[in-house]
Amino acid sequence: MDQKIELQEIELTKLDFESDQMVKWCPGCGDHAILKSVENVFPLVGEKLGYKKEDFVVVSGIGCSSRFPYYMNTYGIHGIHGRAAALAMGIKLTNPKLCVWMISGDGDSMAIGGNHFIHIARRNPDINYLMFNNQIYGLTKGQYSPTTPKGQKTKTSPQGSFEPPFNAGNLVIGAGGKFFARAIDTDIKLMQQVFLEAGLHHGTSIVEILQNCVIFNNKAHELISGKETKYDYQLILEAGKPMLFGKNKEKGLILDGTQLKVVTLGENGITLDDILVHDPTTEDAGIHTMLASMKAPEFPVALGVIRSVVSETLEDAVWNSVEHEKEVSPYKTVDELLNSGNTWEIE
Amino acid sequence: MTTKKDKVVELKSAVVRFAGDSGDGMQLTGSLFSDSTAFAGNDFATFPDFPSEIRAPQGTISGVSGFQIHFGQKSVHTTGDLADVLVAMNPASLKANLKWIKDDAIIIIDSDSFTDKNLEKAGWTSNPLEDDTLIDHQVIKAPLTEMTRESVKDLDLDNKSALKSKNMFALGVIFYLFNRDYTKTFSYFESKFKKNPLVVEANKKVLAAGYNYAETMEAFTNTFRIEKANLKKGRYRNVTGNLATAWGFLAAAERSGRNIYLGSYPITPATDILQELSKHKQFTCITQQAEDEIAGIVSTIGGSFAGALAITTTSGPGLSLKSEAIGLAVITELPMVIVDVQRGGPSTGLPTKSEQSDLMQALYGRNGEAPVIVIAASSASDAFYSAYESAKLAMEHMTPVILLTDGSIGNGSEVFRIPKVADLPAIHPPIAKANDPDYKPYKRNPEKLNRLWAVAGTPGLRHRLGGLEKEDITGNVSHDPINHQKMTDLRQEKVMRVANYIPELKVEGDSEGDVLVVGWGGTYGVLLTAVEELREEGKSISLAHFKHIMPLPKNVEDVFSKFKKIIVCEINMGQFVNYLRMTHPDFKYEQYNKVQGLPFMVSELKTKFDAFLNE
Repeated sequence: MDQKIELQEIELTKLDFESDQMVKWCPGCGDHAILKSVENVFPLVGEKLGYKKEDFVVVSGIGCSSRFPYYMNTYGIHGIHGRAAALAMGIKLTNPKLCVWMISGDGDSMAIGGNHFIHIARRNPDINYLMFNNQIYGLTKGQYSPTTPKGQKTKTSPQGSFEPPFNAGNLVIGAGGKFFARAIDTDIKLMQQVFLEAGLHHGTSIVEILQNCVIFNNKAHELISGKETKYDYQLILEAGKPMLFGKNKEKGLILDGTQLKVVTLGENGITLDDILVHDPTTEDAGIHTMLASMKAPEFPVALGVIRSVVSETLEDAVWNSVEHEKEVSPYKTVDELLNSGNTWEIE
Repeated sequence: MTTKKDKVVELKSAVVRFAGDSGDGMQLTGSLFSDSTAFAGNDFATFPDFPSEIRAPQGTISGVSGFQIHFGQKSVHTTGDLADVLVAMNPASLKANLKWIKDDAIIIIDSDSFTDKNLEKAGWTSNPLEDDTLIDHQVIKAPLTEMTRESVKDLDLDNKSALKSKNMFALGVIFYLFNRDYTKTFSYFESKFKKNPLVVEANKKVLAAGYNYAETMEAFTNTFRIEKANLKKGRYRNVTGNLATAWGFLAAAERSGRNIYLGSYPITPATDILQELSKHKQFTCITQQAEDEIAGIVSTIGGSFAGALAITTTSGPGLSLKSEAIGLAVITELPMVIVDVQRGGPSTGLPTKSEQSDLMQALYGRNGEAPVIVIAASSASDAFYSAYESAKLAMEHMTPVILLTDGSIGNGSEVFRIPKVADLPAIHPPIAKANDPDYKPYKRNPEKLNRLWAVAGTPGLRHRLGGLEKEDITGNVSHDPINHQKMTDLRQEKVMRVANYIPELKVEGDSEGDVLVVGWGGTYGVLLTAVEELREEGKSISLAHFKHIMPLPKNVEDVFSKFKKIIVCEINMGQFVNYLRMTHPDFKYEQYNKVQGLPFMVSELKTKFDAFLNE
């Protein structure tokens, strides 16, 4: 079947971004829900920021998640392992008017692509970076990844992994990243909300999606996503709102000295006023780092937008320089450059 | 200028070598002499020879920095074998360069630097100024350090600053020897040091003092003059190969109407190209210093997808790192140019020395069947045209192109006749039109077999590319065996058909005869000089020099069949000759190879060719 070629402008809907290619992820894979969420969010981003459908570009690396571009009807490149961030950056720098989305996984981003991951966070081009974290290598059938918990048995760690895992949020924030959010594949509403905020944020927006691999690492996030346990292990952050969680929002976070601490409202004299209020916009990353670091079962896992700080983007800096140089450069044409400096005439 | 009436000897050409400690400013001295040579109307070529350490231990052999210039009244194709004149600023530079000068060369020495300590650092067991080491040479032992200090004593300079202009004293002496007008160099000082009038004054005084010293001391038995070269009419300048490469791309971008995207990682000896292009944002030349070689090329693929003339620059080790991504550019059929300024290998090898040993890597160094166009620049000024042509072929044929230059081309400089951009061949990238109802990502032009370039952001052309095998026409992912064969054939054939769009192989000298010398890339000048000199002696020898490696020109067989014997010369172990043995197996090839981090010398080639002619 041919790739879909559209002929006329219409108002954008989810259908504009659906591809005619068969989606080949395993049944029950978390990727399906992520794809649906992205398809729903693109029209909203397009509407709010004035992007037309041809302005969307989806690029990826290698891994299960990275088949994503084939399943979206946009401009897209399925790249090579770990390098999607570089691909995205080249596209965005060349044409800043494009709305660039990047799909990657935990291995793609933090093992083979670790270098690009920290540098994109540091450089801050306006790229929306969705990192599917299933804590396993799925496409190669079940080896441990840089986010697999220490001690977990996998095909390449039959005695249990010897390595402590990365925390994606710490890497992003430590590298100077300005936007970090976390979502979970079982909560479509939250995913869409987070993807939309990522899409609207001007700068590199990195979203970690806790995603379930049904075949090789089933229920890796069960404590956080389980029907019974999720209220106790999810803290959904909202800007300006107190950090409350629990089935009846009876638990919260306070700062105890320099550490976060879980408390219960009404116990030991704790009232709503004692609970920390989320501010993702502070340049100081102290609390953001602590929130990103929280691990179950000691703490709830922070979801939602953890950090969102506005800062100049790479492409704005580069293109402002282009405009400036056009004004001040003595060379308007290449001929002028070739004839500059020491030249001499042979008669 | 010349006031006294020394005997002036007319020369056809000369080679001068400036050598000193890497902090002595020998590169600047050399380039100022080059500028003066240009004003004198000679043709010339230069080559810097510096250590890979930025500041190796002072006074030692490993810290010696050199600059050689070959200039003449005829076309100069090489940087010269052995020097006629050596400037040696310290004992180490004398020791390191004695083997690079002629038996009767003139040597100008800073005698103040020949202290016991410096002699020891350089590894001299006795002082060569006092024993008979230099007995065959005309040696000018000048107390350069003391005289430099003396000539600026009226200026309020500290000792260190005063001695910084010591190299200008040596330059003044050389200007006298070659009857040059030293006042022309003053304007350089005035613009370079315009914020520091004292330094301008110091350099002027020291340069003049050097000139006057040589004149008054009657140091030389005679001076030299080289008549103006008979160069083609036009405006000229001096370029290094790296500068010419960068400018060739700027010209191609302007002519094709594309912006440049360059993603590169600094690596010796290619960094100058990235540095030069970084200066030219006014031409919407977007440069990104990537976090590594891989990000450099991968971001370049992104740039190409977004419609830029996409370039990445590197040297051998970086080309190794880029292999996988070149494969992605091959299968996505996106245009880009990968410049490899070759250096000595393997591994880190000899970063500041030149070699031609990446040829096989350029041709085949990728997983899978991954053909790309390979072009090799033949000289510093040819790098301009090679870069231009690489960009043109990449875009018009929708394929990656590897442009091979090398350290000697990149850092070497020569006289360049400035072209007009409008006179360069037009470039027509096959850009897909918005909302083209017939657009298919892998539909091909029947002649070139290229696909269309549907730039991201164009209405009506949304499509996906990627590293998985593509279905013919649609570009959808396909694992079909017959389709894979077909796509592999198409990618190969697309590159082979470029042979219809490149010039035929040219023969320098008679188009038939006893011996055909074959070379490629940066050895052009030295091979041509050796062949020309032998032809002047009446020998039946010609040169066929390759610039287009993949595909080869169509007439190779015609050219080769007219000669009795063929000898292929390369600065490697025989990569091109083996490629020829594979592609044109009907000929017998002799080979001559050298892997010493050094260029061929005309003299060694002539000896080799002479023997081969007589076999």
